[in-house]
Amino acid sequence: MFSFEFMQNAYLAGTLIAIVSGIMGVFVVARNMPFMTHTLSEIGFAGAAFGIFVGWTPLNGMLAFTTVSSILVGELSGAVESRRESVISAISGLFIGLGILFLSLSNKNASYATNILFGSVIGISRQEVVQMASLSVLVLIVLFFIFRNLKDDSFDAVGAKTNHIHSALISIVFLVLLAFSVSVAAQIVGSLLIFVLLTLPAASSKYFAHTVIQMMLLAIGFAIFGVWLGLYLGYITNWPVTFFIASIEAAIYGLALIYNSITNKSR
Amino acid sequence: MSETLISVEDLSLSFANHQVLADLTFAVHRGEFLGVIGENGVGKTTLIRVILNQLKPSAGRIKLENGLKIGYVPQFRNVDVEYPLSIEDFISLNFTGIKLPWLSRKEKQKIQTVINQVNLEHISKRPLGLASGGEKQKAYLAQALINDPDLLILDESTASLDPNTKRELLDVVKRLNQTLGLTIIFVSHDMQVIHEYPDHFLWLTKNGYTAGPISELHNDSKEGEYV
Repeated sequence: MFSFEFMQNAYLAGTLIAIVSGIMGVFVVARNMPFMTHTLSEIGFAGAAFGIFVGWTPLNGMLAFTTVSSILVGELSGAVESRRESVISAISGLFIGLGILFLSLSNKNASYATNILFGSVIGISRQEVVQMASLSVLVLIVLFFIFRNLKDDSFDAVGAKTNHIHSALISIVFLVLLAFSVSVAAQIVGSLLIFVLLTLPAASSKYFAHTVIQMMLLAIGFAIFGVWLGLYLGYITNWPVTFFIASIEAAIYGLALIYNSITNKSR
Repeated sequence: MSETLISVEDLSLSFANHQVLADLTFAVHRGEFLGVIGENGVGKTTLIRVILNQLKPSAGRIKLENGLKIGYVPQFRNVDVEYPLSIEDFISLNFTGIKLPWLSRKEKQKIQTVINQVNLEHISKRPLGLASGGEKQKAYLAQALINDPDLLILDESTASLDPNTKRELLDVVKRLNQTLGLTIIFVSHDMQVIHEYPDHFLWLTKNGYTAGPISELHNDSKEGEYV
């Protein structure tokens, strides 16, 4: 299997993405942002379609759209809870609509849309792997430096207010990192299934691990397991890789919930 | 006379056209255990926010000692039953700044010290979400102690606790006050515990305030609590 360059590329890119997603996911879950992440990803779909329309790579189009909107979307987090969901619906709808428009204007066939929406890990080139690796490393470096403050702001927002850690700045930096992570992860699982890597592994990890660093390591483990096994199963069955990764991560989450209800009962 | 940590002179604060604090004058000295009492809405939390420099007074002055380090235990926290971090890791959140992601040996030792100070050794690895109300308050207290504050502010920390747990927490606070000389500001609407623990009081009412040593706190107010 590894004699094919496209499989090497897929495993390389998938592993990097699993690492970044596992770490970022822990903060996404702690900050209660799975839907915000999903919205960013749908905005990314419009960006990828726009990229195809103007002749950029889908990844570059996605990066441009998600980065700009991450800063704008950040304003939403201050909105009243009940309104926030509706505003997110409006934004999602608008951007998916735009994505369909760009695809139609670019006269590409439907398989382009499928690739962006549901992922196309098998088609990733060596050059794209290098770009994804650079973005991932950048995300990890920034995280390394803001780790302590981001951890405080994400896991104890009330207490963090008195710690002079510039919550507003931390939030914006986090959203930009999230935009990068979403763009990279969407290359594997597609922009419709971003939950699969950026939420589920971290959401599962919190039932087994009780420090932020342990949760990250476990989330990375769950994500890597899903990506590696998904790629292998996709290779031998010819079924979509995304289907396998999504099923594996959902199964892990289901097991985590069962484990949690059993241990809670016996407590 | 011991050192003055906070001095407040003729301080007033109003929101829009609603006056919350009017002409307040008092001081907090090092080593004091000050009980701030008053009904809901008289401005207890507002006063704390002025001390924390989150609100500016409309008139008057507040002066904090240079370099005064404050540990603050807020009234509300969003910690639900699914909150995953262990008590230890929750406490470590207050080690902020641009530092290595993992804790240093010194930081780990400090965490153990504060855990011992609040008597949580036996459950320090348990998720905070599964801790009882009193254990949670002790964990919040421990987190506020981690950066060696001179002054500890507790905002209604005992409000949701049953009488025994309340005493247990306040015994810990009193011990910190007596053995470490930690200055305490304890906000509450519970007259009985205010009579029992603090050595000074500041009683805010709708029409003004009274302050002084706890022996001067009017005795007929001892009857239970008012909300």
